Amino acid sequence: MPDVKTVFGSLADYQKGGIQVINDDPRNYVFSNVFEVASKARPYERIAVGKNFEYVIECLRAEGTSPWFTCDHDEFALVMDGTVEVRLQKPGAGQAAPAGSDGAIQMKDAPGGPRMGRMVCRRGHMALLPKGAAYQFHADAPGVITIQTVHGPLTIERWAEICETRSI
Amino acid sequence: MSSAIAVQASEPDNYYGYRSFKKGKFEFSRDEYFVKVKWPKGSHLMPADVFLRALQRDVAWNFFYGTVNFDHVFGTLNHYGTVDMFAGRFNDAYRNAGLDYVETFSSDDLMATFKAVLDDWTNKGYDPFAAPEETANPYGRKNGSNVDAISRQRVTAQRMVGCAGDTPVRTDANGYPVNRHFADVPQDQPEIHAEQGFEDEVRAFNLFGYLSRSDVTWNPSVCSVVRESLYCPTSEEFILPVEHGNDRVEWFLQMSDEITWVVKDKETGAPRANVTMRAGDIAAMPADIRHQGYSAKRSMLLVWENNSGKIPELIASGKAPVTPVKF
Ligand SMILES: [Fe+2]
Repeated sequence: MPDVKTVFGSLADYQKGGIQVINDDPRNYVFSNVFEVASKARPYERIAVGKNFEYVIECLRAEGTSPWFTCDHDEFALVMDGTVEVRLQKPGAGQAAPAGSDGAIQMKDAPGGPRMGRMVCRRGHMALLPKGAAYQFHADAPGVITIQTVHGPLTIERWAEICETRSI
Repeated sequence: MSSAIAVQASEPDNYYGYRSFKKGKFEFSRDEYFVKVKWPKGSHLMPADVFLRALQRDVAWNFFYGTVNFDHVFGTLNHYGTVDMFAGRFNDAYRNAGLDYVETFSSDDLMATFKAVLDDWTNKGYDPFAAPEETANPYGRKNGSNVDAISRQRVTAQRMVGCAGDTPVRTDANGYPVNRHFADVPQDQPEIHAEQGFEDEVRAFNLFGYLSRSDVTWNPSVCSVVRESLYCPTSEEFILPVEHGNDRVEWFLQMSDEITWVVKDKETGAPRANVTMRAGDIAAMPADIRHQGYSAKRSMLLVWENNSGKIPELIASGKAPVTPVKF
């Protein structure tokens, strides 16, 4: 066995760092932890943990089966904890996200188009959520996903609840 | 501003074997241990390895975003097409004493000199991209060269690593063995079941495995792209060779282990905060600071950049705030 130990985090085991202020406001760093955010989230809420103009990184607690989502641009899902199945299918007539729209939308019904495939992703695996596809997550046990995307109608911002405001 | 691309280099020094270089009114020379930078109002010494590690990043990143401080005195400021080379410009004491100096070059012009310096001053076996434990001693008199190491191409995926026609995943077979500090990182790939005709869209890869096979440190490389949103993950060990003063907000998501960021004011260099990030921590670096990371064990860091060309002007003019979120 290798004698090195690479420390990853999980819902069950994470240790936050923090901000030691010299001459600053801790809020400037918008500092949170994806495992802590997911531990307090409902399944598949899309909570912003990073924001840069219109772009966001969303944090999702993966637990059970998600709604179907679709989006008119590529997004990328990175599994930070657990095992997540990603199911891809084409939307049916009238189900696609509006052309040129930002971020993911939730579909009212299951997608009507053909199945594209599925991927089983474990910690550290990144999956393409391709533009124009419908997608659904499934996790037998709670896990954590981060998504590289654009701020959209489902993006939740609760910075005051998730971010560090104190110096360590 | 200089226009013609010309590298002004001396003959090799009789004793040390290194060439000296001139660019505008700046002069550069090295001996066994140190690099000396001279400008009309002063001069400055840096350890040769500190200078070469910083120079390697500035070259590989084409002057990067904003300010690349080689240390508290010398560096470059990118204007995307032109670039300022400065001494003391972002140092309160030099500024107050009137000893700071800036000269502007076309990016291609300055790059030609920087590449020539990097090539001449990098000895056989020394890799400025490698962690100090994994490369030879940079000191001493001129001893060969290391062209392969200093001319690596930065990875820039167009969509995502592993997509059709895009940057390939790393394997033993294509020359990327697992790094010694990541020997315990799982190397399994995602299970992919694509229906016929959708093989190019049903794509996933093991990002942590990919990073465990990086042969370089502190070299953020584009792995996935949403319009101007770039995920630039990187593996980090020892010290970020530059103090980076970005011209926009950037974000860090620490994916494994721990990095401490020493944060100083971008203009003056005055200390502002020390930010310790552990696995799962995510934080913004404001646009009015400079940051330098320390990683005791090799770690996995996601650097997240907004590549939009509009941002530097919005920040500089005060139309956009220097922090990404108010709460
Ligand atoms: Fe940076």
